Amino acid sequence: MPVYSDVVMEHFMHPRNVGEIENPDGIGEEGNPVCGDMMTFYIKVNDNRLEDVKFKTFGCGAAIAVSSMVSEMAKGKTIEEVLKITPQSVADMLQGLPKNKFHCSNLGAQALHKAIEDYQSKQKAGGKS
Amino acid sequence: MKKVYLDNTSTTAILPEVRDAMLPFLGEYFGNPSCIHEWGDAPREALEVAREQAAKLIGGASEEIVFTGSGTESNNFAIKGLAMANQKKGKHIVVSAIEHFSVLNSCKTLEKMGFKYTTVPVDKFGTVNSEDVRKAIREDTILVSIMHANNEVGTIQPIKEIGKITKEKGIILHTDAVATAGTIPVDVKDLGVDALSLAANMFYGPKGVGALWLKRGVRILPLLDGGVQEGGRRAGTENVAGIVGLGKAAEIALSQMPARIAKVSVLRDRLLNNLPEKVSHVIITGDSVKRLPGHASFCVEFIEGESMLMLLNSQGVAVTSGSACTSRALLASHVLLAMGLPHEIAQSSLLFGLSIQNTLEDVDYVLEVMPPIVERLRQMSPLYAKFLKQKKGG
Repeated sequence: MPVYSDVVMEHFMHPRNVGEIENPDGIGEEGNPVCGDMMTFYIKVNDNRLEDVKFKTFGCGAAIAVSSMVSEMAKGKTIEEVLKITPQSVADMLQGLPKNKFHCSNLGAQALHKAIEDYQSKQKAGGKS
Repeated sequence: MKKVYLDNTSTTAILPEVRDAMLPFLGEYFGNPSCIHEWGDAPREALEVAREQAAKLIGGASEEIVFTGSGTESNNFAIKGLAMANQKKGKHIVVSAIEHFSVLNSCKTLEKMGFKYTTVPVDKFGTVNSEDVRKAIREDTILVSIMHANNEVGTIQPIKEIGKITKEKGIILHTDAVATAGTIPVDVKDLGVDALSLAANMFYGPKGVGALWLKRGVRILPLLDGGVQEGGRRAGTENVAGIVGLGKAAEIALSQMPARIAKVSVLRDRLLNNLPEKVSHVIITGDSVKRLPGHASFCVEFIEGESMLMLLNSQGVAVTSGSACTSRALLASHVLLAMGLPHEIAQSSLLFGLSIQNTLEDVDYVLEVMPPIVERLRQMSPLYAKFLKQKKGG
């Protein structure tokens, strides 16, 4: 399997933070079955920090590694810090992704940002303080 | 770690006897078969022996065989060459929706040059209905090309029935027999075809060599212009060692065919019968009866093919998948989509190609390592989580 970097392979074989959070503060979904990759991120926010991040991913080796890496990059960070995570910064942390997989499998940052949007809209709607 | 190669639809392993037959042509018999001096003699004679062996495999005559560089080249040659040579009669071609890309993309190229083509659908088992072929034929149809068996789902097509229709209408029939020639009995007269493609690496021969059988009297325009190799139909110095390998592999395939079919069928049936029992929500793709003997294909719901393939590889098992992520074009299998499967199921395809080198232990090893791999990926899958919630709720 020479197409993936060692870091991608390591995260694929041992993904971090797989699962769901019960009563999450935000949920973000990205991708669709046509392109072959779907990610759902769950976040728990405390004092403006992502106290917990979990994900579920349907997809190729790259998609699973991306999800795992994003969850590690985001856990414990402030919302402002997490919003700075980009597909490029995720790919860099993974020591690169195959060129043709950069867009389709690299949806982790977007899915996580959607979870934050979900959290923020719930906040505005006068949900949890 | 145990190593189990089950990707024989990508390529089979070269038999030692085949390799031994090839080696002299990579050594002392290096001469160019077109040369009239002594160095040309052995390679030239070897080409004709191989031509005879290839022809025998499919019930044709040796002068009807044109050696090519692959099954893909044979298909390109057939589609483009037959269309170009017969365009005065018309410019319409009929193919099926599940043809190999070497056929479908050849049609697309011809479309840019003013040809038209109709794609005939398949049913949920991946079978072409010969009546659909009949309906697709127009006044200006010059060529029908339907594969003998599909490489992704193993379904064997009713070529003989289609052959009766094309014969009645006086239209050329080509069949892509890359998945069948050397694997199951193929007889060009019995099938009623006018052209047939085959590739050596599908029956324990080398890669990079194929052949197009072309019925005597059928006109074709060469793809490669140059010298008069292959009777002027395929110019370029021949891949002598490869062709010798094709011939030897064809000879052995013909003599061992019943025994091979008996052996791989047992392995295939063990996989087809047991995998859906060991793993829930597994769909067998293709037809259960009209199926290639060494072909077992599945969709494992809720998970994606490439990740399955990678985890199987980490357990020493080589397979292939029709998922978007495993294709370089990043598109889900056009074959599975044509059979009516939704994208998320097509993404979960897994394809086992069994060979005569495989054993029952190999199959049992796969049956042992598959359940935890599937479970692991399903635990990660949002589709599986949704399925479980729906099940609980309803």
